[in-house]
Amino acid sequence: MALVTQLEASALDRLMPMHLILDAQGIITKIGPTLCKLRGESAMLGHNFFDVFDLRDDGRKSANTIIPDDKKLYMTFKSGVSTPLKGIATPMANSTDMLLNLSFGISVVDAVHDYRLTAGDFAATDLAIEMLYLVEAKSAVLEETKQLNTRLQGAKVAAEEQAYTDTLTGLKNRRAMDHVLGRMIRAGVPFALMHIDLDYFKDVNDTLGHAAGDVVLQNVAKVLVDETRAEDLVARVGGDEFIVVMHKMTDADQLMKVAERIIAQLEIPVPFNDTVCRISGSVGITTTEQYDQIDAEQMMHNADTALYASKHQGRACANFYVAGMPTLADQDLPNAAARR
Amino acid sequence: MHGMINRAIQCFVRDTYGPEIWASVAEQTDFGSDSFEAMLSYPDGVTIRLLSAAARSLEKPVDAMLEDLGTYLVSHPNVEAIRRLLRFGGDEFTEFMFSLNEIEGRSRLALPDLEVPKLNIFENEDGSHTLTCQHSMPGFGYAMLGVMRAMADDYGALVFLEHQGWRDSGEEVINIQLLEEAFSEGRSFDLSAKAV
Repeated sequence: MALVTQLEASALDRLMPMHLILDAQGIITKIGPTLCKLRGESAMLGHNFFDVFDLRDDGRKSANTIIPDDKKLYMTFKSGVSTPLKGIATPMANSTDMLLNLSFGISVVDAVHDYRLTAGDFAATDLAIEMLYLVEAKSAVLEETKQLNTRLQGAKVAAEEQAYTDTLTGLKNRRAMDHVLGRMIRAGVPFALMHIDLDYFKDVNDTLGHAAGDVVLQNVAKVLVDETRAEDLVARVGGDEFIVVMHKMTDADQLMKVAERIIAQLEIPVPFNDTVCRISGSVGITTTEQYDQIDAEQMMHNADTALYASKHQGRACANFYVAGMPTLADQDLPNAAARR
Repeated sequence: MHGMINRAIQCFVRDTYGPEIWASVAEQTDFGSDSFEAMLSYPDGVTIRLLSAAARSLEKPVDAMLEDLGTYLVSHPNVEAIRRLLRFGGDEFTEFMFSLNEIEGRSRLALPDLEVPKLNIFENEDGSHTLTCQHSMPGFGYAMLGVMRAMADDYGALVFLEHQGWRDSGEEVINIQLLEEAFSEGRSFDLSAKAV
């Protein structure tokens, strides 16, 4: 083999600051300056290579040389910080020595920190500094992106919350209720639908003004939330109409008790300026138990029908939907018009 | 769990089985949205719910589904980036196999908070290889099985793969028999992404 060139030891140090030279017995006879920073000369020089390093056998067949010279090598220090290194070995011309050139590979970020390395510790041709630059720049950008993500996510949640909320009462709106009903029906969760319509609310509005009406509505919202559980849904679906979806509750007696409690609470007068506002409520109830095929529209319609039955009975009471109940269309118009 | 993992499962379900199935899996998973964000973090429970909802909807055992997920991650054009990053592991399948030892370190350089499985590969006396896989999400080894199968195809190698179950330490063990390194043409790979 033609000998291309011979190098001074100092030239080797500059070109390959992480090299090792091993003799035929595997004893380390020379160490590059950067490698020296990792363990100190005395910990390596004169020691057997295999006492200092663990060499990983990555599918290499056994070689004639002490260190295989045909494949990428992966090694770690036997003691202390393991610092994975990668490298390549080659026999040296006119001797039985082997030259081993190493680099940090992916451990470069940790190694620079662990051993306090500087730009001067890397060969001018080594891409390590570019790599460190890239990792830092990427981490900075990633951090910014992460913060932006968190802000956007927060804004998204707030916007969705707003789109599903009735601003006056803080209750859910019809859109939210349609969404939740759809979900529960698709998931096959049993529930009860309670349609609540306020009685005498129009009188409050007409005599005491809208400000009083708003106070009453806010109080109604409080009553409904207080009288239901966290898993139930309370929505304001019209000016003075509310719907309560009782999660996994279909027992008629229990539901009737809830409805009566709600009506009783609604009837407690609400102070407004120097006077009080008095209202009540009529309730219509239906549950998923009453249907083979569950359809949100149909349930709403039937809860409505039961509600009109309550209005018809003189208000301030609750009714379960029963098949054959007269619907709104069956009721006489003057009554329907005056029902509020 | 890192959103990247949930997102990968979502893309797999959507691209393989269609948006309707994904919509129903998303609803069953009940994570407050219909789509995962790759760069957000989610509670681990969400991933567990997601996997069981997907397995239920696809009527597949979780193992088989995870294996399909692994295959998808390497072979579907929508997630070509993953295949490319894996091909950085080496020019031949053997080199790629051993690059798995470094994959945790490599991905940590890119995304420090992404928990990648801890992979270890070594050669057995009989010439076959053993890959061990440790991750907080049990069953990840099955996804690795799919990844290895698809990567073998990608390199044109002929391999026999077998999931050999769990060790007491929680590691999953995969046996890899490389029957032929250059069995077929495989897919081409260029280090430069611009060349593609």
